[in-house]
Amino acid sequence: MSDLHAHTVAYVRESMIPEQVAPVTERGAVKWMRENLFNGWLSTILTVLSLLVVFWIVADLGPWLMRSVWDAGSLSECRRIWAEAGQPAGACWGVINDRLHQLLFGFYPPHLYWRPVLALVLMIPALGPILYPWVPRKLIWFSAVYPFLAYFLLWGGSIWLPVTAAMGFVAGGAALVLLRPLGTLPATIAAFVVPVIWWIVAAGPFAAVMTQILPIGIEFVRSDRFGGFLISLVIGVSGISLSLPLGILLALGRQSDMVLIKSVCVIFIEFIRGVPLITLLFTASLLLNYFLPPGTSFDLILRVIIMVTLFAAAYMAEVIRGGLAALPRGQYEAADALGLDYWKAQRLIIMPQALKIAIPGIVNTFIGLFKDTTLVVFIGLLDPIGLSNAIRASSDWQGIYWELFIFIGAVFFVFCFGMSRYSMYLERRLRTDHR
Amino acid sequence: MTDTAAEIGIDRKIDTRHMKVSDEVAIQITRMNKWFGSFHVLRDIDMTVHQGERIVVCGPSGSGKSTLIRCINRLEEHQSGQIIVDGTELTSDLKNIDKVRSEVGMVFQHFNLFPHLTILENCTLAPIWVRKIPKQEAEEIAMHFLEKVKIPEQALKFPGQLSGGQQQRVAIARSLCMKPRIMLFDEPTSALDPEMIKEVLDTMIQLAEEGMTMICVTHEMGFAQAVANRVIFMDQGQIVEQNEPREFFHNPKSERTQLFLSQILGH
Ligand SMILES: Nc1ncnc2c1ncn2[C@@H]1O[C@H](COP(=O)(O)OP(=O)(O)OP(=O)(O)O)[C@@H](O)[C@H]1O
Ligand SMILES: [Mg+2]
Repeated sequence: MSDLHAHTVAYVRESMIPEQVAPVTERGAVKWMRENLFNGWLSTILTVLSLLVVFWIVADLGPWLMRSVWDAGSLSECRRIWAEAGQPAGACWGVINDRLHQLLFGFYPPHLYWRPVLALVLMIPALGPILYPWVPRKLIWFSAVYPFLAYFLLWGGSIWLPVTAAMGFVAGGAALVLLRPLGTLPATIAAFVVPVIWWIVAAGPFAAVMTQILPIGIEFVRSDRFGGFLISLVIGVSGISLSLPLGILLALGRQSDMVLIKSVCVIFIEFIRGVPLITLLFTASLLLNYFLPPGTSFDLILRVIIMVTLFAAAYMAEVIRGGLAALPRGQYEAADALGLDYWKAQRLIIMPQALKIAIPGIVNTFIGLFKDTTLVVFIGLLDPIGLSNAIRASSDWQGIYWELFIFIGAVFFVFCFGMSRYSMYLERRLRTDHR
Repeated sequence: MTDTAAEIGIDRKIDTRHMKVSDEVAIQITRMNKWFGSFHVLRDIDMTVHQGERIVVCGPSGSGKSTLIRCINRLEEHQSGQIIVDGTELTSDLKNIDKVRSEVGMVFQHFNLFPHLTILENCTLAPIWVRKIPKQEAEEIAMHFLEKVKIPEQALKFPGQLSGGQQQRVAIARSLCMKPRIMLFDEPTSALDPEMIKEVLDTMIQLAEEGMTMICVTHEMGFAQAVANRVIFMDQGQIVEQNEPREFFHNPKSERTQLFLSQILGH
């Protein structure tokens, strides 16, 4: 009895079961398809429909791309090549080949192409310390100098113009540091007022005198020679790098206790957001000259940069305000209780957290701004879209559309996709909970 | 007052050698009033705190306890009367406010650690940026206080990775790194589980043993009996009763105090 009992309960395995392959339906491609494509009848219908759409596009586009011609000096040459092969028309990429320089630089003097190229290459070390934490911190000095260097490289002329402009910022910074002991508010006001006074009153004569004494400079290139992706990048990069700090200041101003500052910021933000960008661009091209002191011919590209920056900054301010609103009051109180003053609390405690929350919105605004640079075509600047019209106007490439647009679209996509990937990297890097 | 604090689960003898109240006045509040809009939150508060005092403030919810201690480091502004902290009067003069804030440490109910900084960075931030101490020295000071609150091994983690009790002890260490002369606590344990309450109270008792001037808003009556030299009872924005703890708990004078104590002590 007890023997039998022991026999039924106690158990010793004599041979181990080796690992076995999972059934086909639970494995690899089949499992993935079952879970993702054919998971229920609705998903099955959608899958089939999507497949049809994909097939339709590929069936149309594929042969067209297969018949690509890369080596041709005009559309008629492409047509001849297809006719000789007895094919219908395909993609004539010869136009990109033929007009690449124009698409990239517009009418920038060819013997000076090295200048924009150098400016672009130098942008890498300038962006490094801002984008990646492992880049040596010292390089941030180069980032600070870069905007003036890039201006000098792109437009040329006397070196004293960018130098005097930069001195305005130095003066502002000096005012902030020197007047700190008097309190945060006077120092802050001085930091804004001093550079403006410098630029309006002293900068012009100073640059003129210095150019007389020490005429250092390189060949000047007028703004109407700029074009193509050069213009998109110049406007896009400046707009992006200026609109973030301006947006931060506007967002802070909107939260300020001081009624004057607050209302100025609110009016500015609401006004700019309520007006289409294209209106602002027309204002830039037509009206801004009336407001500026007579005799100053203010460069059109710079005017556009200002407008694009203001436009993006208004959106940026609202995105950042969202980030600020998401921060618990306790963060401000803890910073106050530790004795941090307003700007230190903002810089060390509030902004790092608010900006982190706002990253998706900020990058969204950046991408929007970069794509909106194509609107400058309407005020006569030859951005890539404008150039595509100009190229089509030549007898060689009359009637060519898709190849140019696909190329331009692809380049824009690369930049925007890059920004989007970077923002994902940044969000991952800044995640501090449960790591 | 040398009873063991068994009631709050701390069964060591409390060392009272350094708990000395000096004649020096740390905080002087005279006829202070505060309104939130038209709501009179604090009414004619008179209060003198001497260096080395350990004061527990209690009272029903909404009685103005938090507001009172937040006025002491100007997280809230008072509208009339006078607050003098360590000889500096709190007015709208920013310099005085900064001076007072660097003398007074504060610990909050919800810790308020900076989640984007490591524990060590949380502790070194203010010493580096406010006191202008070199980074390395600030880190040494921070590690000293993190050891004191018994979590040096967490220094490189982020606040989100610590338990509530650990976070509150970091918050205490963060305040101590500024070498304050006065510490304010606003219900430091009321967001914590019982087990964690004990570790935070233990840290606070340790501070009291070293002679720190403390004002604690708390309902931990065991803590009050163990280390406080004075208990202040507030109701409706006024100081209703204050006494040394034994008298306060065993022989409350005012009816309101009796009612409050019977509710909070459950008998
Ligand atoms: N910022 C504020 N604005 C308006 N009223 C406030 C503000 N802060 C607090 N109050 C009110 O002031 C009164 C006192 O608040 P306080 O936080 O000081 O109370 P407390 O004694 O700390 O209460 P608890 O025990 O709930 O923390 C409450 O009625 C509260 O609603
Ligand atoms: Mg409270």
